[in-house]
Amino acid sequence: MSKTWIIIKREYTSRVAKKSFLLSTFLTPILFVGLIFGVVYLTATSSSEEKVAVDNKESYLKEYLVKKRNISYEFVNNADTTLLSKGYTAVLLAPNTGINQTKSYQVYSQKSKGKELTGTIENQINDAINAKMVMDVANLNKAQYDSLVKNAPSSKVENTVFSEAEKAKKGNFETASMIGYVVSFIIYFSLFMYGAAVMRGVMEEKTNRIAEVMVSSVKPFQLMMGKIVGIGAVGLTQFIMWIVLFVGLSTIASNLMPVDPASMQDAAAAMQPGMSAVAAEASQNKAAMILNTVSTSVNWPLIIGCFIFYYIGGYLFYAALFAAVGSAVNEDPQDAQSLMMPITIPIILSMVIMINAIRQPESALAIWGSMIPFSSPIIMMARLPFGSTIVPWWQLGLSMLILILGFIATIWLSAKIYRTGILLYGKKVTLKELAKWAFRKN
Amino acid sequence: MRNLLEVQNLEKQFSSQKAVDNISFSLEEGSIFGLLGPNGAGKTTLIRMITGIFYPDSGSIQFDGRPFSAENDIINIGYMPEERGLYKKMKIGEHALYLAQLKGLSRSDAMKAVKEWFEKLEMQSWWNKKVEDLSKGMSQKLQFVTTVLHRPKLIILDEPFSGLDPVNANLIKDEIYDLAKTGSTIIFSTHRMEQVEEICDHIILVNKGQKILDGTVNNIKQEFKENIFKVGVNTTAQNLMTPDFTVIKHNPDNLLLKLTEGVSNNDVLKFFINQGLSINSFNEVLPSLNQIFIKLVNDTPQARQFTA
Repeated sequence: MSKTWIIIKREYTSRVAKKSFLLSTFLTPILFVGLIFGVVYLTATSSSEEKVAVDNKESYLKEYLVKKRNISYEFVNNADTTLLSKGYTAVLLAPNTGINQTKSYQVYSQKSKGKELTGTIENQINDAINAKMVMDVANLNKAQYDSLVKNAPSSKVENTVFSEAEKAKKGNFETASMIGYVVSFIIYFSLFMYGAAVMRGVMEEKTNRIAEVMVSSVKPFQLMMGKIVGIGAVGLTQFIMWIVLFVGLSTIASNLMPVDPASMQDAAAAMQPGMSAVAAEASQNKAAMILNTVSTSVNWPLIIGCFIFYYIGGYLFYAALFAAVGSAVNEDPQDAQSLMMPITIPIILSMVIMINAIRQPESALAIWGSMIPFSSPIIMMARLPFGSTIVPWWQLGLSMLILILGFIATIWLSAKIYRTGILLYGKKVTLKELAKWAFRKN
Repeated sequence: MRNLLEVQNLEKQFSSQKAVDNISFSLEEGSIFGLLGPNGAGKTTLIRMITGIFYPDSGSIQFDGRPFSAENDIINIGYMPEERGLYKKMKIGEHALYLAQLKGLSRSDAMKAVKEWFEKLEMQSWWNKKVEDLSKGMSQKLQFVTTVLHRPKLIILDEPFSGLDPVNANLIKDEIYDLAKTGSTIIFSTHRMEQVEEICDHIILVNKGQKILDGTVNNIKQEFKENIFKVGVNTTAQNLMTPDFTVIKHNPDNLLLKLTEGVSNNDVLKFFINQGLSINSFNEVLPSLNQIFIKLVNDTPQARQFTA
């Protein structure tokens, strides 16, 4: 045990002290937070005030073309482009008015206007026309119509929730999917990144010819486990640093933001110009709702606890296999590629199932995927945020138990491959031989 | 002297061939032992069993009077394999400490031993350099130090001089003698025969997994001698017509003779004295280990074939 500990210490400290580790640990969250806030900040501050002159015969537009964000409207008669030199930044002409003899609305401006302006105007006009048509046909006044529209999108959200009958909490579904995506993607990413690091480490020991020196002092199993645990701890360290840095930086950055969160949401909505104004309004509400549920309805201790468990379990499961491949490979990286195939395919397949499992977390595919140890770290983490009504405790417990048995099995088999492979030089090893090494007696 | 290591009927089979086939030998404490054999003879497999890397299929290993157990005896063995490497990115001092700790030394003991050896081999200034900055000879020196610094009872060196310049080779050679003098037993595996002749007390020769020769260097040479003598004398060919010997080589100031069966040294000397020639020297020429090695290995069919 103490020798394994010495090896773990070396594997860990030699990696943590590397410049590349420090860079990726500190730069990744800084870049990430910087990117998000940079985009939001630019969008929120770069738009200038727009004053639009509108020439339109239909009076009902007046009720809908109201000041929105940085765009204000003034209705004038017989507008023309000379207004552009009189304090207006744009002129909107209805069909067949003034110089606009087309059948569509036209915006005239001196500078080319972005999609934000025309998109907003377009949405407002469309809303006006829709409202007019509905009001005419159904014989409603504006107040009645507005209340109707206001209720419509929210009742649609209720429907989505209702289809998950009594299971997910209100509004929980979207939040849960979002968290599911993020967390399972991190697991996926870490399996590959740290699994490959284990493989490279083993290959280095073999091609460096230090393996035989080492196994004359320690058992091959101790050498392999030392490497796996050491690199796993490096990964865990990196995650913890990332979480701390990300939370810290986000707090600092959002305090430094010169704009209030509401206008940031506006800016975010404006980035999706295809959305109608009402829908944009609804999506803002939704965003607020999600933010609310993220902090209240999600069982964070459970998710973080399980994340750590599935990271460690999944990592041990796959890292052992990566170590076995690394021990069987000679100098030629091409060999590694072909031997890695059977390991990478289940990981990638898990991602495909994960996307499906998030849409239907109760499907048979999702349940099986979260039981089989090849995919359970990714898929269970995708299902878990949906709560204990979707993932009963017995499923979680069983999945964990299977994963533990799974990594014990892969470590046991890999140790046998490793023991033979690490001292074997010059021979190209096939998968068939690996299987033979893994399953032979003694 | 008692035996440090006793190997009895050791066997190890790999899928299709016997890498080690019924080998027995014993090793006197404090001796320098040569393990010889052509490439692929089974030397490395034999060593790996003695160092606990492989388990033998059958046979027994007694170490220090007890059955060998890798767990307990690893601290008493230092093994420098032929295929040896180091972690390139580590600092040299740290690396030596790391390997010493893996042998079971505590950090402070390891530190003391490393410092002592670095001083002895004038390597102190290397401490904070990286392994990748070392030349081949220098890393060989470091490997030697890490093999012996825990003062093992048994030291196994596989081709320890390959890549060393004569100065460093001598330095290491002196250390080997020193270690043997202070009680360590050394197994020295090589196919460089002139080094074996110089260093080893006792050798075994392994070929195709089997031991084909076992004994002290002197005894083996005696066993394989072919009655060849070198006589320092100046003569001409027509004066050498005798049934007592045949001339192998005629040099201007000496002769290489092979004596006929039953003829003694004195008969030859008498022959020359009777001719009134003055003899400057007269010695028996023993075969070199190299000749014995080639003779024995060539007599067996060529190195093992691969059988898939």
